[in-house]
Amino acid sequence: MKHVDEYRNGALARSIAATIAREADPARLYRFMEFCGGHTHAISRYGLEDLLPENVRLIHGPGCPVCVLPVGRIDEAIGLARHPKVTLCTYADLMRVPASGGSSLIRAKAEGCDVRMVYSTLDALRIAEAEPDREVVFLAIGFETTTPPTALAIRAAEARGLANFSVFSNHVLTPSAIRAILEAPKTGRLPPVALEGFIGPAHVSVVIGWKPYEVFATEFGQRIVVSGFEPLDVMQSVLMLVRQVNEGRTEVENQYVRAVVPEGNRAAIELVDEIFELRDAFEWRGLGSIPHSALKLREKYARFDAERRFTIPPSAAKDNPACECGLILTGAKLPADCRLFGTVCSPETPMGSCMVSSEGACAAHWTYGRFRDRARRAATTRGGAA
Amino acid sequence: MSGEHGEPRLRRRRLDVAGGRVDMSHGAGGRASAQLIDEIFRDAFSNEWLAQGNDQAAFRVDLPPGARMVMATDAHVITPLFFPGGDIGALSVHGTINDVAVGGAVPLHLAATFVIEEGFPLADLKRIAESMGRAAREAGVAIVTGDTKVVERGKADGVFITTTGIGIVPPGIELGGDRAKPGDVVLLSGSIGDHGVAIMASRENLGFETAVVSDSAALHRLTAAMVAAGGTGLRLMRDPTRGGLAATLNEIAHQSKVGIRIREDDVPVAPQVAAACELLGLDPLNVANEGKLVAVVAAERAEAVLAAMRADPNGIRAVAIGEVIEDDRFFVQMTTAFGGGRIVDWLAGEQLPRIC
Repeated sequence: MKHVDEYRNGALARSIAATIAREADPARLYRFMEFCGGHTHAISRYGLEDLLPENVRLIHGPGCPVCVLPVGRIDEAIGLARHPKVTLCTYADLMRVPASGGSSLIRAKAEGCDVRMVYSTLDALRIAEAEPDREVVFLAIGFETTTPPTALAIRAAEARGLANFSVFSNHVLTPSAIRAILEAPKTGRLPPVALEGFIGPAHVSVVIGWKPYEVFATEFGQRIVVSGFEPLDVMQSVLMLVRQVNEGRTEVENQYVRAVVPEGNRAAIELVDEIFELRDAFEWRGLGSIPHSALKLREKYARFDAERRFTIPPSAAKDNPACECGLILTGAKLPADCRLFGTVCSPETPMGSCMVSSEGACAAHWTYGRFRDRARRAATTRGGAA
Repeated sequence: MSGEHGEPRLRRRRLDVAGGRVDMSHGAGGRASAQLIDEIFRDAFSNEWLAQGNDQAAFRVDLPPGARMVMATDAHVITPLFFPGGDIGALSVHGTINDVAVGGAVPLHLAATFVIEEGFPLADLKRIAESMGRAAREAGVAIVTGDTKVVERGKADGVFITTTGIGIVPPGIELGGDRAKPGDVVLLSGSIGDHGVAIMASRENLGFETAVVSDSAALHRLTAAMVAAGGTGLRLMRDPTRGGLAATLNEIAHQSKVGIRIREDDVPVAPQVAAACELLGLDPLNVANEGKLVAVVAAERAEAVLAAMRADPNGIRAVAIGEVIEDDRFFVQMTTAFGGGRIVDWLAGEQLPRIC
């Protein structure tokens, strides 16, 4: 497959792996957080962990849009879907995310709510046009990558004079989450995670560029390599991070040069800025309430804002206390460390959001990596006894 | 299918196949039912048992000592009814023949049941019946009995077809999902994912087009050659339909209480299928097939069975994709193209409803 196979060449991956093994200092630990679920998926899907030396470790970060949505927002989406006139349009992954009280959008649909799975915002627009008697609400989630399509849909709805289309915005911001993780030792609100660097976002950086990460190098002395989502991209980015550590550099570097420019996509940024503004604060699953970390529609576009258009019963529901999604999302724990993992929580019956999306750390580990757990437990036990 | 009717002076108009539609009278058991059966199904399936017009087909079966009979049934609810590389009619014949054949059996006869939605075009019904008849003739397996029901508009979607098949397993052949042993070789008869991608591409709401056609085919000649070449070294055969290769391998691992390790580089995926899966975010390992099979064979018979497979038109691209290993967790693992390891798991939830 042209333009894909080039980035999935096994021989090239093994040669980069050999270079990493040669250059990584056995006396050092290299702990790199891949921020995005897209990276988590590629790492698990291609078994990249097996290609890295034991002291080069990848820690899954919070960049999975489905995973960071708190249970309260799912409850509110279900509340919206219960309006008799509302048709709630959403991406497939969200349908299975557990809400409070054992509910989910897929169960709400089975109970008679009009919940429809769409592949893009344009599908939702088409439904709004075809069914003018329905109030079509698009359940918008995602980081900076998916915000421009939502903004475009709102602009299109305005241009077509669609009075029955609105958006339930859950768009969140990447730099805010990175800051929350880096400030953990100071704020004490999250368990601190020792990191030597970040594998930086791919598609998000296509939109916002890599300039917004510079503050993490200057203020926190961190290393960030913006990396594509293909497995060879990840391998090359790991090598670039290893070299930064070895050479004592703390910089933002761009591995994903074929798509990312420093300033990002100006047209997309301006479009988003025209329609959205910052929320004072937003609740993230696992990370808690983070100031200025999410977007809502500007007053000018209030008529397209489902939160203003409908009375949504607010939910104060908390995550299942036994579910460790929070600690897993911040890299403080591994999926297999959670007592629910593989016992009552699996992709068929998810208890936490990390088990739902294929980009979620738990789902990726369950689907691709759980064969390693026994050997890891044995190694930990041996280490403990020694 | 009963439908004899006399009264030579009563002139009956033939069905308006070009413009007519199925109505409730076609399922009421009266003259209209009989006419539908006569003009659509009996013609298309033409065989001596159906021609007798009884409520059952009666036939002799000469079982050699030690031979066993198998029986399998399969409901088909696929949408769309017509797709690149096939239609619900041919699919319903192939699907049940394959279920019988992968048991090591020689298929003997089929039965077919139709649940038709009121308003369904007679032309489409005829096209489906003719496709079934053609598939059955090509396979040398007759559709000897059947039933037709009509339900009100909206209570079904076009037509649903259930087929049931019987066959004979030769003496000495015992295949089963619980017979894989560590050291055995896993064989695959060709590329994976073609059927599922062809169906997805023909669904309008996904908005993409490809030249991929379904691999729908009857595999009983291929399985007969494999049985002959493998003898008692052939442990089991299975057709990876819904859930794809991944589901089939997991079923085998759990039934046999073993692990399986396959090599990603050796699993054939057509470039167009790989591209479509990439676009839709699917793993070809989870995508349905309708003309492929997986076999587990004792290592010493693997080469012979592989050669027999490659000599059959439906097994030209047959390959060895991995081995059965000891694993008390029954994991299916894959060595990726990168040399790393990963699990090959059942798909969680439904990838796409009504794929067969």
